[in-house]
Amino acid sequence: MSAQQVPGGPVPGEGVGAGPGEAAAVGAPRRGNETVYFALRNPKLLAGAVVVAVLLVAALAVPPFLGGSPNAYVGPQAQPPSAEFWFGTTNFGQDVFAQFVHGLRSTFLVGLLGGGIAALVGMVVGFVAGYRGGLVDEVLNMITNIVLVLPAMVVLIIAAAYLEARGILVQSLFIGLTSWPWAARAIRAQTLSLATRDFVDLARLSGRRAHAIIFREIAPNMSSYLFMTFILLFGGAILIAAGLDFIGLGPPQGVSLGLMMHSAVSWSALQLGMWWWFVPPGLGITAIVGSLYIMNVGLDEVFNPRLRET
Amino acid sequence: MLRLDRVSKVYRVGSFGRERLHAVRDVGFEVRSGQVVALIGESGSGKSTIGKMVLGLTSITGGAITFEGTDVAGLRGHRAHKEYYRRVQGVFQDPFSSFNPVFPADRVFALIRAEYFPEVGEAEWRRRIEESLRVVRLDPAQVLGKYPHQLSGGQLQRILIARALLLDIRLLVADEVISMLDASTRIDVLNLLADLKARGMGILFVTHDLSLGNYVSDTAVILRRGAIAESGPADRVFTNPLHPYTRRLLSSVPRLHRTWAQADAELPADDGGCPVHGRAGAGDGSATLVEVEAGHFVGCAGDGEGGPCRPDPRA
Ligand SMILES: Nc1ncnc2c1ncn2[C@@H]1O[C@H](COP(=O)(O)OP(=O)(O)OP(=O)(O)O)[C@@H](O)[C@H]1O
Ligand SMILES: [Mg+2]
Repeated sequence: MSAQQVPGGPVPGEGVGAGPGEAAAVGAPRRGNETVYFALRNPKLLAGAVVVAVLLVAALAVPPFLGGSPNAYVGPQAQPPSAEFWFGTTNFGQDVFAQFVHGLRSTFLVGLLGGGIAALVGMVVGFVAGYRGGLVDEVLNMITNIVLVLPAMVVLIIAAAYLEARGILVQSLFIGLTSWPWAARAIRAQTLSLATRDFVDLARLSGRRAHAIIFREIAPNMSSYLFMTFILLFGGAILIAAGLDFIGLGPPQGVSLGLMMHSAVSWSALQLGMWWWFVPPGLGITAIVGSLYIMNVGLDEVFNPRLRET
Repeated sequence: MLRLDRVSKVYRVGSFGRERLHAVRDVGFEVRSGQVVALIGESGSGKSTIGKMVLGLTSITGGAITFEGTDVAGLRGHRAHKEYYRRVQGVFQDPFSSFNPVFPADRVFALIRAEYFPEVGEAEWRRRIEESLRVVRLDPAQVLGKYPHQLSGGQLQRILIARALLLDIRLLVADEVISMLDASTRIDVLNLLADLKARGMGILFVTHDLSLGNYVSDTAVILRRGAIAESGPADRVFTNPLHPYTRRLLSSVPRLHRTWAQADAELPADDGGCPVHGRAGAGDGSATLVEVEAGHFVGCAGDGEGGPCRPDPRA
């Protein structure tokens, strides 16, 4: 993947005539406009964003209207979808729709926290290793490789099984702390190649500190790359959380899409033909992660000028 | 002011860094204030490496570089480096790689202001930038606010010089600063360097072009495969070149009134064998310099890799 973008390319209506004083102010929005221009014309990005946005709005806006706990026994048992219970009810008379929207909430939360922590650790490790080089790089590289080859799922399972506090925050933390290595390696490689460019040396000659060089000189050259890394980590965290919940290692009192599937399977929804119990959470996870990946492809096209013309 | 003492640089290359590349060996010279030292040599002779070592951007393998009494390799920490760069600046060889492609080119000025002149007002800073740009013959309206890819290599090079001039520096490392300029702008920039020199600035002028080295420099250092082949007062080195490599370089400068055939015909006549060991050629090519006249040093004509200097077959 190319870390370099061509800023301010052939954009319709690009006016060059900015006075020197406005230079810095004009530069950034023009680049932003161009990105937005191509983003709004990218069907993959738009479709993915719409699906994620709809689910996000459902997760944020709907639960307050429902009131009560999503696990409360509110209706008749094992009913298929109806006007009253849109997604039907469980074996115990719980509203599947209420569980679904609450589950979406925790799914987004895990994605944001787990993906965010992983992105943060991956960025710090990758940037520092790539920029500092030498011994620092070797040590960080070794740590990265160790975490990379650890069977993360097994560690998560063991940790989750023995940990008392099994809240969604702890789960996100564990996911975040085990899924960063590939991001760190990718960012390190990009940083290594950018750090040899003369503008980095020129920033040093200008008296810049190392962290300012990393975050204000090198990082902006790979902003699209970092954004895509976060999206992939976000989707990955959701999948791992769903997997943990599904095998019964999720937060015991919570609701999540993975936990819904776990109880559906535990209470033989499959054998009883209660498809409304396990299809919504399964589809929800697939839709979020799938849309994120499609958005990632779309973003690639938006940020990479060479992919645009196709 | 700036002193290099038997400076050498070894790069580790190849897989696992097992091979060594001696990019610079035992190079020593001095740049005084108000003096231009031309560092001349063919591609790959280690000129840029020396420049980067002087600027503290590349570590030194052996020897010492001192600037006004302080050891450059001994600079520790951000503050020490920052103070060093207040007095010593550089212009890099590749103008296209010297600018961050995602920002407008004038960001290089903004960095200087943010780090060194936070107290200077907006209008005053504008004035300084424009003045500095005019000194390098650039029209501020034409270059400010543009992205690097919208500017030519020559314009970018001159922006870098203008950037260095914003600071009140004592030493400028100018790495091929005029390689991308047309003949008339070239003369402008060379005259600018002469002005700076008159104001007491020391300049390390890196070039592979001998005729330019001649134009402004007081001292010439001819570099060959990382080692000094010949060094001395510029007029002596150019009028009385003693090292066969210098002679070859000089004879390969195209001249208007002479054809290549004529130039070639003059070559054998130049030959005097190894300037250190004579026609017999027994030296081992190590970088021992001998002083042939006041301040004019010349090295052995060996192959520069430790091989001996041989008697020239044409002799
Ligand atoms: N970072 C590096 N790692 C390994 N080898 C290097 C590195 N930088 C330079 N070299 C090698 O050191 C030698 C000298 O390079 P340098 O850039 O100083 O040459 P130069 O005299 O500036 O040449 P030019 O006129 O082409 O700019 C070359 O053989 C080059 O391959
Ligand atoms: Mg060079």
